[in-house]
Amino acid sequence: MTDQKIRIATASLAGCFGCHMSFLDIDEKLVQLNERIEFNRSPLTDIKHCGPSDIGLIEGGVCNADNVRVLREFRANCKVLIAVGACAINGGVPAMRNYFDLRECLEEVYLHGTGVTNPQIPDDAELPLLLDKVYPVQEVVRIDYFLPGCPPPADAFLQMLMPLLDGKAPHIANNQLHYD
Amino acid sequence: MGYHAMAINQNTLTIDGKDVYFEQGQTIMDAALAAKIYIPHLCHYPGLPPSGNCRLCVVETNGKSVAACITQAQAGLRIHSNTPELNAVRKTITQMLFVEGNHICPACEKSGNCKLQAMGYYLGMHEEHFHHFNPRRALDASHPAIFLDRSRCILCDLCVRASREVDGKNVFAIAGRGADAHLIVNTDSGKLGDSNLDRDDLAANICPVGAIMHKQRGYVSPIGQRIYDQQPINEIALGEHVPESTERDHD
Ligand code: SF4
Ligand code: SF4
Repeated sequence: MTDQKIRIATASLAGCFGCHMSFLDIDEKLVQLNERIEFNRSPLTDIKHCGPSDIGLIEGGVCNADNVRVLREFRANCKVLIAVGACAINGGVPAMRNYFDLRECLEEVYLHGTGVTNPQIPDDAELPLLLDKVYPVQEVVRIDYFLPGCPPPADAFLQMLMPLLDGKAPHIANNQLHYD
Repeated sequence: MGYHAMAINQNTLTIDGKDVYFEQGQTIMDAALAAKIYIPHLCHYPGLPPSGNCRLCVVETNGKSVAACITQAQAGLRIHSNTPELNAVRKTITQMLFVEGNHICPACEKSGNCKLQAMGYYLGMHEEHFHHFNPRRALDASHPAIFLDRSRCILCDLCVRASREVDGKNVFAIAGRGADAHLIVNTDSGKLGDSNLDRDDLAANICPVGAIMHKQRGYVSPIGQRIYDQQPINEIALGEHVPESTERDHD
């Protein structure tokens, strides 16, 4: 392998940014990691679109049209795409809205909810339309690896990334595997 | 060969190459558990009659796949259980159980104490693989002490058997066919609140997942001290049995 740094892109779709926070929980190991990687598009950088990258980390499920666009952009540009956290893997807590019709949810929040003034459902073309349901990312694009947890433990990020940096298959230890 | 050795031979089978002695009438599961050998299972609970519906205990013998919980032990059987192939099948079954219900563990009070989840950990399940059904199933909170969240029910039938065989109350049943199968309550209203289910009944305490839950008792154990935080399912399962004192005879 050359000295060229491994390019990592990250995104939060219908996520809470908790998976990104858990990634940052590797603390000072981030400094070591940073010697081997560089970030492409990520909430941690200013890059607006995902360019060719070695690894993409996706947090959050797919809840609106913009999520679909971003997810497809990542799939097209990342050699390895990883679903990070319960939301990306199975929709997570936001998928509890799948128990209801989308219209019921919008009407409850924007029309009939407590304290609503000037009731109207936002319909500006700038706003991405919500999908009928919240979808796991692998129901939209192919995913290479899954990192479970809500959020995954900080160490699990290292167990996933370090072997990948060396071109090996990652292995999540049993004690790092949880869905909650 | 002495008489004793012959008697042992007549009651011996092997599981993954280990000799296991059994008593006449035992199932492969009974014999395995007695010998402290774990065969994965969710719908079986020692002390209750088996029902054979979860299929996690599938083992191979004589070139056939059989459910260990409902297959009689026979002398000379060579049984394969803990193989990569069978564990892959078991993982697939576990994934199917996850997607056909709504298993959102981060928001479930059973997390850490749940057998379905612990099975996922034991089998190294990282994701559900299949598309989610997102079913909408009725929640029943009519009972003062117990609620029923059908979206997490895996139709293992344990509450049905516990209520019938041990509590003697027949509170639960499974109705409907195929994908429409669902847990019902045997009252005119269909509501749990109109049943004579008591919080101390075995049926109110045996659910392996977060479907039959006690009200106002969620999130009592700190993370790290929940059942499967401390020990994996293959160890916990070896110590499980319906308490003898509560077993009743309904002949
Ligand atoms: S019942 Fe078990 S598997 Fe289902 S959501 Fe609750 S903890 Fe997760
Ligand atoms: S409620 Fe619980 S015990 Fe009863 S069938 Fe469903 S999962 Fe099994």
